[in-house]
Order: sequence, then C-alpha cells, then structure tokens
Amino acid sequence: MSEIADKVKKIVVEHLGVEESKVTPEASFIDDLGADSLDTVELVMAFEEAFNVEIPEDAAEKITTVKDAIDYIEKQKAA
Amino acid sequence: MSNGERAGLLLSAGMNSGRRRVVVTGMGIVGPLGLGVENVWSRLIAGESGIGTITQFDASDLPAQVAGEVPSGLREDGKLTLSEWVPTKDQRKMDRFIHMGLVAATEAVEDSGWKPQTEEEKCRTGVMIGSGIGGLQTIYDASITVHEGRAKRLSPFFIPSALINLVSGHVSIKYGFQGPNHSVVTACATGVHAIGDAARLIMFGDADVMVAGGAEATVCPLGIAGFCSARALSTGFNATPQQASRPWDKDRDGFVMGEGSGIVVLEEYEHAKARGAKIYGEVIGYGMSGDAYHITAPSEGHYGAYRAMRSALQSAGLTTADINYVNAHGTSTMADDLELEAVERLFGDDAKKLAMSSTKSATGHLLGAAGAVEAIFSILAIRDNVAPPTLNLDNPSRESVIDRVAHTAQQRPINVALSNSFGFGGTNASLIVRGV
Repeated sequence: MSEIADKVKKIVVEHLGVEESKVTPEASFIDDLGADSLDTVELVMAFEEAFNVEIPEDAAEKITTVKDAIDYIEKQKAA
Repeated sequence: MSNGERAGLLLSAGMNSGRRRVVVTGMGIVGPLGLGVENVWSRLIAGESGIGTITQFDASDLPAQVAGEVPSGLREDGKLTLSEWVPTKDQRKMDRFIHMGLVAATEAVEDSGWKPQTEEEKCRTGVMIGSGIGGLQTIYDASITVHEGRAKRLSPFFIPSALINLVSGHVSIKYGFQGPNHSVVTACATGVHAIGDAARLIMFGDADVMVAGGAEATVCPLGIAGFCSARALSTGFNATPQQASRPWDKDRDGFVMGEGSGIVVLEEYEHAKARGAKIYGEVIGYGMSGDAYHITAPSEGHYGAYRAMRSALQSAGLTTADINYVNAHGTSTMADDLELEAVERLFGDDAKKLAMSSTKSATGHLLGAAGAVEAIFSILAIRDNVAPPTLNLDNPSRESVIDRVAHTAQQRPINVALSNSFGFGGTNASLIVRGV
C-alpha cells in the first residue's frame, strides 16, 4: 500500500473512530463507516491539512469512499 | 398570610390546585465533588470541599487561580472517565459543557428507569437543559483558527459544539425523546429556570416526562479572565483554595468558579406512580422576577429575590412557616448579605426556625448548572432531614436569626425546601420542593 493510502487510512480511523480492518478501499464513509455529512466535511479538511492539498467543494462531493480519497490525493501529488 | 388567603391562593394560583402534579424520579450530578448523586451528597454532608488549584490550564498569570473542577478518575471512586460516558470519536464534536450535561443526563435517565417504548411515549418525553455561557473554550479555539487566517479549516462541528441548546439535542438523540426540546439561558439562574419551566410544561400537558437541568464548563482562560475582569472571582485564597468560597463570611472576596452539571427527570405524578417509579420529591412552587436595575449587581435590599421567593410561595400555596430549609444562591460575594436581608424580610418571625446554607461553599459556583445541582441538594435535604453545611463561615459579616449551618451539616426536620438562583442581567428564580 502506498504511503498516501496508509496515511488516508490512519486519518479515517482517527476521525471516524472505526476499526482499521473496516477501512477498505471500497468502504463508503457514510454507508459503511458511519460518517454523517459533517464528518465528511471534517475528513476532507483533515486530508487537505495532512497532504497540503486544496480539495474544492465540487471535488470533495465526489469523494465518497476511501479509494476516492486516495486516488484524488495521489493525482494531486503527481501533478 | 391568613388561612383564608392561603386557601384562596390554593384555588386560584396554586400549582397543586387541580393541575397535574410534577415529581422528580431521576437525578444526576457531575461536579467538583465528583460523579454520582449519592457520592456527591455524602461528601457534601461530610463537609468536604471540591475546590482546588486550577489544573485545566495555566492560570498563574491570572488573579484568580482556584476553581471547582470535575475530578478525573475511576467511576467506582466517584470520579469521571469521560470515555465511559461519551464515545471518544464524538467527544471532539462537543464542548466540555455538553460532555458534562450528557454525563449527568445519562445518570438521571438511568436512575429514573424511564424507557419509553412506543412512539407516543417518546413524543411525551422532552428535554430542557440549559447553560449560562455554553461552549466558551470551543469559541476561543475557533477564534484562534480564524485569527491565524485558517477560517476555511474551521471544524464543521464548531457551531454545534458551542450552541447551548445542543445538550438538549444530544440527550434527545441518545434516548429518542421526541417531546419538547428546549433550552434555558439565564446566566446563573439557568438551572432553576430550566426545572421550573420544564415542570410547567408537564403541568400544562405538553409532556409527561421532562429531562431538565443545567450544564457548565467555563474553567478556561476566557471564563476565568472574564469574571476576573468583572471583579467577581475570589483572588485572595490562591494558596488555600478550600477556603476561597466562604458565603456570608466577612473575609469573602468573590465567587469560585465551578464546573459540571445537575439534571433531574421530572414526571407527571400519576405517570410515575403507574410505572412504580421511585419518587424523590415534588416540585410544588416556582417563582421568577427581574431586578430591572443593573447588569451584574442586585439592588439594595434585593427586592427581586424577595419577589421571586414570594411568588414561588404563592404558586405552592404555602407560607413562610412551611419552609424548613433554604438553599441560598450565596455565591461568596458582597451580594450574599442582600439575599439574607431579603429572606429575613420575607420570613419575618419564621426566620428564627429556618436553616439556610450555601452549598457553593463546597462546590464553587457552577453558574448555569448551579440551580439544578442545588435543587437536587434541596430534595436530598428533605429525604434525609439534613441541612448541608456552609463551609468557611467563620465570622459572619452580618448577624442573623437564621441558622446558616456553619461548618457542619445539621440533622433537623425538613419537609419543604426553597432553592434560590439569581443571574447577571437581574434575573431571579426560586423553586420549592417537598417530599412525597
């Protein structure tokens, strides 16, 4: 697993208080990990802070799974 | 008041005159004397103090360095381990005053044994928990984030963490209580107003059960510094914290901040009886007034307090002869003697038989939670026929015929008790409770 994926996972575990084993790439923040809409806003902010990236609102809305987050951040970092 | 007048009041204004009766079936406290009603009460009666040097932040550059903080530790030792009450992941979504409210509300609801099953029962159960100030530390932290130019990084939980009515919100969500969801904000009178108003909602039929009280957590830099600036806090006992809160004593020099929460479960009498609930006492009188005088100081003679107490007596259909114990507002400030004067004026000859104490001498002043915690103490005073002591009352600044229960608790017959709370803005509230 990439360093980015690792870090994303850690942030999700910390913010949503879920077990690490549940944070699979396909896991949906809201449907599988018990987040509400405010949790997802906070998560995106935590990603921005941790990876020093800007995630505009329209992009943030499309980040619904762990994999969505990893992909988006990896793309930003590669650019 | 003559018997005729008294009967007239019973018919016209008495809370018990054909109105639904409201009893207390659950109680919860977390505060400077610890966690759990019985633990806190036994420590209070034993004359222990919950005041110490401030530990939550470095107060060494402030004039006031003492407070009543909630002790951390094991539940079996009567102390608080927050994660046992509020899931760790949820804690950062709420200010500490909400944590406090949730702890005491959980205690109270579990104590009451009330578990509404049907939709109708859930809709007949409401919540009215207030706070004097709300999420002050949360606002402080968020202000720094904005000040640092990081406004876009402000937590989405900032607003719901700071809002006062969110204790009521969280309690309703936790238990599914879908009845009236309300909150009181009247500074240091909040706790009494919350219980009194919630009792009236039950009397008027808006609900059958109400979870009511106050929560506060302002032992933080803004809270201490703010009250210091208002010259309201004790500053002369930093080296001897347990002597700092000394209501009516001539050496008193301000109140001591306390934190925590007091919550009661109020229930319509027949509803409580039908389910075989344990009944602690009954709310029989409630009175309110405004000073219309000054933002922080009571008027000479404290006529606002006088009118609040008189109005509570009228709503209970009682006279001063019926009151055995007064839990005073008594904050350890200059205003203590004004309250004393108002009680003496109202009680007249009956003052000689009265016990009146200030439990803030042991707990400090829990601001918006104070009235609720003290209402619980008043109910327990009736249950056990014990007047809790006023600590540190070594030399009263003013003599009185009223027994202020200096230093040591007193065993004495207590059937009816009155509890006072007054707040900045000139708001006054009195509650009368009795045994059932």
